[in-house]
Amino acid sequence: MNNLYDIIIIGAGPSGLTAAIYARRALKSVLVLEAKSYGGQIINTLDIENYPVEAHISGIDFATKLYNQAKNLGTEIKFQKVVDINLNKDLKEVITTKEKYISKAVIIATGNENRKLGLLKEDTLVGKGVSYCATCDGNFYKKKSVAVVGGGNTALEDALYLSDIASVVYLIHRRDEFRGEEKTVSKLKEKDNVEFVYNSNVTKLNGEEKLESIEVTNKDGTIKEIEVAGLFIAVGRVPENENFRKVIDLDENGYAKSSEDCKTKTNGIFVAGDNRVKEVRQLVTAVSDGAVAATNAIKYINNM
Amino acid sequence: MSVLVANNDNFEELVLKSKRKVLVDFNADWCGPCQMLKPIIEEVADENSDVSVLSINIDDNDVLAEDYNIQSIPCLVVFKDGKEIKRSVGLISKEEIEGLLNE
Repeated sequence: MNNLYDIIIIGAGPSGLTAAIYARRALKSVLVLEAKSYGGQIINTLDIENYPVEAHISGIDFATKLYNQAKNLGTEIKFQKVVDINLNKDLKEVITTKEKYISKAVIIATGNENRKLGLLKEDTLVGKGVSYCATCDGNFYKKKSVAVVGGGNTALEDALYLSDIASVVYLIHRRDEFRGEEKTVSKLKEKDNVEFVYNSNVTKLNGEEKLESIEVTNKDGTIKEIEVAGLFIAVGRVPENENFRKVIDLDENGYAKSSEDCKTKTNGIFVAGDNRVKEVRQLVTAVSDGAVAATNAIKYINNM
Repeated sequence: MSVLVANNDNFEELVLKSKRKVLVDFNADWCGPCQMLKPIIEEVADENSDVSVLSINIDDNDVLAEDYNIQSIPCLVVFKDGKEIKRSVGLISKEEIEGLLNE
């Protein structure tokens, strides 16, 4: 059977590619399926400063080195989105939008994606004013007016970062206090060009070719229009586990239930990285999960 | 089919006079997102035998980059009958590339 592999890994981020390295070094045949491009979220980080040994490395360089390492060890990588996993006795059928692959073990390392506001034109205006990554796109808004929406640490840090670039930063939050760190909030309050918009939601995006303004609705029902060139959405992230509900258990936020061994309720299906229930979501914990999941997958196959 | 390397000398032959649809990937060695796009482009080339897929290094071929007003890379340009019909800037998914080709 051409499409039979020892291990199929879903997701070519740090976790998935690390799992591939471990599996290939144990001489298992490995297919990595990736819906977008390799690297995962880390590609959006300009400078990684907390990864052991490398004091500074860009997210893209990190991802490319990791990809080449996995590739050079004989990992097969295909760019296809996985939509389902079926169980066929001990084998797993992994269904993509194009094909069906079969494996003995599966490691789900799909990570997280940005939570959207769910507004009309939100998708079409991405890259034309709407962004989910201030450090990636902030520089396009030099001396322009921007808004950040959200109340957690990411939103606060985005606002702080943008306050040094943009002419004015509106920080829009649906409550009247922030979930993020108090220290960052006080730093923001010292800035002349940061304007707090409390108890409010962004309810409409205006502009065709590019974002021109946003409609903001206050809890009390008042509506105002704010002219901005950029809207940075930082309202959290959602794990990409929905397609796997049949074979793994999810918690109330959609994260895959598993302990540190990366095992799930289905024998031979493992989860690794940011889409798993865990305390700390960092690059080092993602690669750590990759190693653990691969090691347990190898054990599982050897005992089959 | 594999990805062909195009340059100032063979551009006319490979792109402008091509009878098939042509996808040109403008890139550079120093560009990280271009490296990330590469394996995706290779897969598109493998799977779409009716399309010529070309790679152009903008540092080695600055005349072409200027002629086609390439200001930001990676930049993908689709040609048909020698004319540009679609363009996309930045790292995009295979699905999006196929979208460019099929429109």
